[in-house]
Amino acid sequence: MTDLPGFGRMNPKDRGGPHDYLYPDAGSGPVSAGPTPSQTLGPFFAYGLTPGAYGYPLPEIHSNDLAGPAVAGSRITVEGQVFDAAGVPVHDAMVEILQADGQGAYAERPRNDGFTGYGRFGTGSEGPGGDKRFLFRTIKPGATEPGAAPFIAAILTMRGLLNHCITRIYFPEDALAQDPVLAAVPEERRRTLIAEAIGPGHYRFDIRMRGERETVFFDV
Amino acid sequence: MAESRSGRRWSDSPSTIFPDYKSSIQRGPGKAPISVPGWDRSLSLRPVWPQLPEGDADLTANGRVNGDPIGERILLEGGLTDEAGRPVPGALVEIWQANAAGRYIHREERHPAPLDPNFLGAGRAVSDAGGSYRFVTVKPGSYPWNNHRNAWRPAHIHFSIFGAGIAQRLITQMYFPGDPTLPYDPIFNATADAAVRNRLIARFSMEESVPNWAHCYRFDIVLSGSAATPFEEEQDHD
Repeated sequence: MTDLPGFGRMNPKDRGGPHDYLYPDAGSGPVSAGPTPSQTLGPFFAYGLTPGAYGYPLPEIHSNDLAGPAVAGSRITVEGQVFDAAGVPVHDAMVEILQADGQGAYAERPRNDGFTGYGRFGTGSEGPGGDKRFLFRTIKPGATEPGAAPFIAAILTMRGLLNHCITRIYFPEDALAQDPVLAAVPEERRRTLIAEAIGPGHYRFDIRMRGERETVFFDV
Repeated sequence: MAESRSGRRWSDSPSTIFPDYKSSIQRGPGKAPISVPGWDRSLSLRPVWPQLPEGDADLTANGRVNGDPIGERILLEGGLTDEAGRPVPGALVEIWQANAAGRYIHREERHPAPLDPNFLGAGRAVSDAGGSYRFVTVKPGSYPWNNHRNAWRPAHIHFSIFGAGIAQRLITQMYFPGDPTLPYDPIFNATADAAVRNRLIARFSMEESVPNWAHCYRFDIVLSGSAATPFEEEQDHD
């Protein structure tokens, strides 16, 4: 066999053999109707989903800057890290945010000020998140409903995560006591949803997948 | 008034921690997600997408340097519906994949298979008024990974879909019918019910294949929730 061109690159002992995992008949049989199951986005999403930030040639259609020059409102920066169960920062997560403008209005169609309320950041190890952080430049949102506190919705996905996670970023200076969503969260876990002010208009919001301070995720 | 939440169909989802898929052990959340009495209107409000660059849905063209990419050209088509069967127009559909040799262009990929100078492997489309999307691409190859000894991902195409609001976010992977590695793949098999996970397998369509040009695979996608925006509103900005 070793006289086949290129075959010498492969050690025959490494071939085949009993497989660690086998799910017999997977991929055959009937298909039921219903929602398409989620799957992980895997490790190699950057060139498709956040290409501009990583220098891939696909034109960028989303960025981490939601506060263009024409957008009214109080400029803020929100940054953070995603920690796995062992407390290790995740270097291949994608965080998306969706928020209302300073008046509490969502962008429902293209607006003259360019505000979309939607942004993305990949925590990749060679792009702008090389320090395994995510960072958004945006504006402080207004409350979207009477009695509710302002928040930024965050969608988290990464290699190893088979179902995306959805959370909320609240701000420490706001009146949070009457917020109906926070009220649905056990009191001892609410602090995981409140960003920490680390400077003027600058907030830190870390996401923890496990442990005593595991971030609250919502069933939406 | 807050809109009532739709909630995800966890019975139709993979296990969040599926030990055979080793990365999930450290990265899946430990606690169950919390149900809320309401969210706000962003639950069913479609974000605004920028105009996509021309030709973004043709992966055989958007990475072209000096020729066609190598591989089996395929049409990849499908329809987006909500759980009530209503079309989801205006959804952002993004795909990314390995080339025909099973190699991603991502810089951290180390599989010793050739890159294709004419293939980027990523594209985007917005679903039309009837909820349909269409890509032209090449069939990806299988590629090895380090989950366990002799681990191979079945050929697959990654999908990211953002429909009408946060409740219609979906990140998934599409597989090909008859792939011999499906019974060995922990990611595909992380969804316990065989008939549910089989929704991830595209269907070969002879009817929609184009003579002398390309096979067609259909991948119809059902987004959870039924909070589609009213169609009248779609016509304003499609």
